[in-house]
Amino acid sequence: MAYVPHSDRDRAEMLAALGLESIEELFATIPASLGATATPVLPEPLSEMELLAEADRLAAENRCLDELVCFAGGGIYDRFIPAIVTSVISRPEFVTPYTPYQPEASQGTLQAMFEYQTMVCELTGMDVANASLYDGATALAEAVLMATGATGRHRALLSGALPPAARAATRTACEAGGVEVVDVPWDDETGRTDLDRLAEMLGGDVACVALGQPNGFGVIEEMSAAARLVHDAGALLIAMVEPISLGVLAPPGKCGADIVVGEGQPLGLPPGFGGPLLGLFACREEFLRQMPGRMVGRTVDAEGATAYCLTLQTREQHIRRGRATSNICTNESLCALAAAVYLAALGPQGLREVATLSVHKAHYLRDLLAEAGVAQRFNEPFLSEFVVRVDGPAEEAVADLCAQGYLVGPALGRDYPELEDCLLLAATERRTRAQIEGLAAAMGR
Amino acid sequence: MTEPTLFDISQPGKRCTRMPAADVPAPALVDVVPAEHLRAEPPALPEVTEPEIARHYARLAAQNFDVDRHFYPLGSCTMKYNPKVHEAIAAAAGWARLHPATPAEHVRGALRLIRDVEGWLAEILGMAAVSLQPPAGAAGEFTCLRIFRAWHDARGDTGRTRVIVPDTAHGTNPASVARCGWTVTVLESGPDGRVSTGTLAEALGDDVAAMMLTNPNTLGLFETNVLEIAAMVHDAGALMYCDGANLNALLGRARPGDMGFDAVQVNLHKTFATPHGGGGPGAGPVGVTAALEPFLPIPRVVERDGALAWDHDRPASIGKVQAWFGNFLVAVRAWAYIRANGADGLRRVTEDAVLAANYVRAALEGAFDLPYDGACMHECVLSAKTPTQETGVRAAEIAKALLDHDIHPPTMYFPLIVDEALMIEPTETESKRVLDRFIAVMLEIARAAREQPEALHDAPTRTPVRRVDEVTAARQPFLRWRPE
Repeated sequence: MAYVPHSDRDRAEMLAALGLESIEELFATIPASLGATATPVLPEPLSEMELLAEADRLAAENRCLDELVCFAGGGIYDRFIPAIVTSVISRPEFVTPYTPYQPEASQGTLQAMFEYQTMVCELTGMDVANASLYDGATALAEAVLMATGATGRHRALLSGALPPAARAATRTACEAGGVEVVDVPWDDETGRTDLDRLAEMLGGDVACVALGQPNGFGVIEEMSAAARLVHDAGALLIAMVEPISLGVLAPPGKCGADIVVGEGQPLGLPPGFGGPLLGLFACREEFLRQMPGRMVGRTVDAEGATAYCLTLQTREQHIRRGRATSNICTNESLCALAAAVYLAALGPQGLREVATLSVHKAHYLRDLLAEAGVAQRFNEPFLSEFVVRVDGPAEEAVADLCAQGYLVGPALGRDYPELEDCLLLAATERRTRAQIEGLAAAMGR
Repeated sequence: MTEPTLFDISQPGKRCTRMPAADVPAPALVDVVPAEHLRAEPPALPEVTEPEIARHYARLAAQNFDVDRHFYPLGSCTMKYNPKVHEAIAAAAGWARLHPATPAEHVRGALRLIRDVEGWLAEILGMAAVSLQPPAGAAGEFTCLRIFRAWHDARGDTGRTRVIVPDTAHGTNPASVARCGWTVTVLESGPDGRVSTGTLAEALGDDVAAMMLTNPNTLGLFETNVLEIAAMVHDAGALMYCDGANLNALLGRARPGDMGFDAVQVNLHKTFATPHGGGGPGAGPVGVTAALEPFLPIPRVVERDGALAWDHDRPASIGKVQAWFGNFLVAVRAWAYIRANGADGLRRVTEDAVLAANYVRAALEGAFDLPYDGACMHECVLSAKTPTQETGVRAAEIAKALLDHDIHPPTMYFPLIVDEALMIEPTETESKRVLDRFIAVMLEIARAAREQPEALHDAPTRTPVRRVDEVTAARQPFLRWRPE
């Protein structure tokens, strides 16, 4: 009864207007047998004060990143969020509306998404971007489905060095519809996708090849070389990016990628225990009409003034139904707004500073660990995330370090049995010299 | 009125957030990363200051309709009030600043919350098990169908390729079916707006994998024969999926599990009052029967040695439908909603939602057409067919006229089987005063349609922009800012 505004008098007047004696009459179409078992067993309702106390009690059983020093990665990072981001995305005018189907009532959200799309194009070097998807993992799945639609081929090659969750989500989304998803091996020394093996695997049935940049081990891939191989085989290249890295890294559009996806959480979203996240999605113009998800276009109103609206909806399921490009009918609008505000707040210079600081801190950590006898697993260039080998199972190292106040990982053994003694480490701009030296001391042998 | 974009006001050298100087060795980037991998030019992001950003978004915000300021009776979207305490709880560091890779023993509160919400939703839905992983309603719908496919495959029953979907279904239903490699058989509704068991019998066969049913359906009508429908579908060896978009009509009144559904998807952003965010993030948990539980996405929260832990080792699972555990912070808000309401409160939610929809229906059925007689559930579908025939004023123009009264339009032209449909879902959180005003405005628009229809062709006139040219937008896609 917490949020319903009717008084008993209101209810009585509404029932009377309907000529009814009791509310029960409105439920007469539900068979009585269903009503008899319909009351759920739930805890007693709480007042707001009790609710806040209960939430605090539960949250106290968690150790958040205010309590643990975070060197964990794997797609979710502990990055600084400027106050302006939180302020903008807390406005009820952005928080509470629905999808902007009525453009005259939604210019705020629409223009913000138009600006977001432009920023994603600028970051990735692509021609067009959508207004976001659920997360990086499902964005990869959508990219694979789009590539199969665009090429009429049904085989997708995913680098084994892509984040495991993204590969898993792609399998779940694609295989039932008849797409064969195959992993491409990675090189044991470099941690890069094995391009020789990729060349052998490419054939006339391959729709697309997907590579991480940097990949799931933090290693920088040879994207341009891969693009030549992929395009020679008539397939499309999908790049899965970490967006902060694009402050310094060559954009995939300059390296031959046809579709770019990525996990947008580092752009102003809290880790949130893994959700909500932000699926970045951009592609070359020629694939515009195969692109999944919402898109905002600029147009004019009846008086010729600039206006914005959702566009190219004939791709979408409410019109094309079973032949739609995707079943997705929402985006992560508020998360995309956070990313747009974040990118505006940082600007090109700030984004470069965040990326560069992260690189320096991660490399300092790598150097200290090497001195302390903890070896980097792969020998190719990286930015701010890398894999180290520890003594014994990495899961145990993660648990030990957590007890000492450091969050590291994920441990890689569950997804890569051959890397059972390996874990990921990431450093962001938030990590201080003292914290880095502390972790190196804690991990040293 | 036009607000320039951030790109329009950008000037080289302006900035907002600065980073501190490096407190560790800071070699030149090219000494760490080979030059071939570095970008030659910085991305052309806007260069603006904090006051400019704040002003820009404040002005954009003022151009949106939103639930705090506007009645928003968008059918099937359940635009109810979003409690403020949800935002306070979800913003707390103990939830928002949890890293999903944290070992389970350090996030027991989060695992408990997931376990509790899954358990409470299972109670509300009458299902054996729930997964919070699907990040949206369409994702939940696909998850259910994907589980059905895995169940049929596991039994070696691979000849089933058709899914029966009523003509009143949501558009995502057929799109999700296609993703499972199946095809749709559309089922025509009976004269009462409900599934006819006779028509269903003709459509069923041993090649049918599933039936998808929204209950109440998109006409706002309860499928009274649901028990018989479920029995027929099960007898044919197929499974029953419930699109839970309309769960706001059922809380404490009827449970999909008791109706014979094998899987159901729910939208936390509808029934459980989490905000829609201008199109997301939402969340689309799924509930399934005990027979289907092994197929749910991984990982699952389980109890192990008296403590909550993650279970990744579930060989029958369909895999993953989101990178981690779903839209967790949305689930935190739903946790708060269920905890604040309890069973009696949720039942009252449904009662007041159904009462409001019927109150509006009864008041408007004289001025508009009511295509299907009788009481509705949480939403009513009216038709503007008669006004359209008599005056030329279409449903879309009625919708645009509402904007000039600071009311968000209902869902239009859906379901597809109703001409000039106006699908109105008032929800339980609008006061009688608001409903009375809406009724008065609708009656006034109906009168204006008869007396001066040309005035409605120009609506809206009071919104930040006039009627937007969507045709040009689609013909000449202009999807990113470029310098003039």
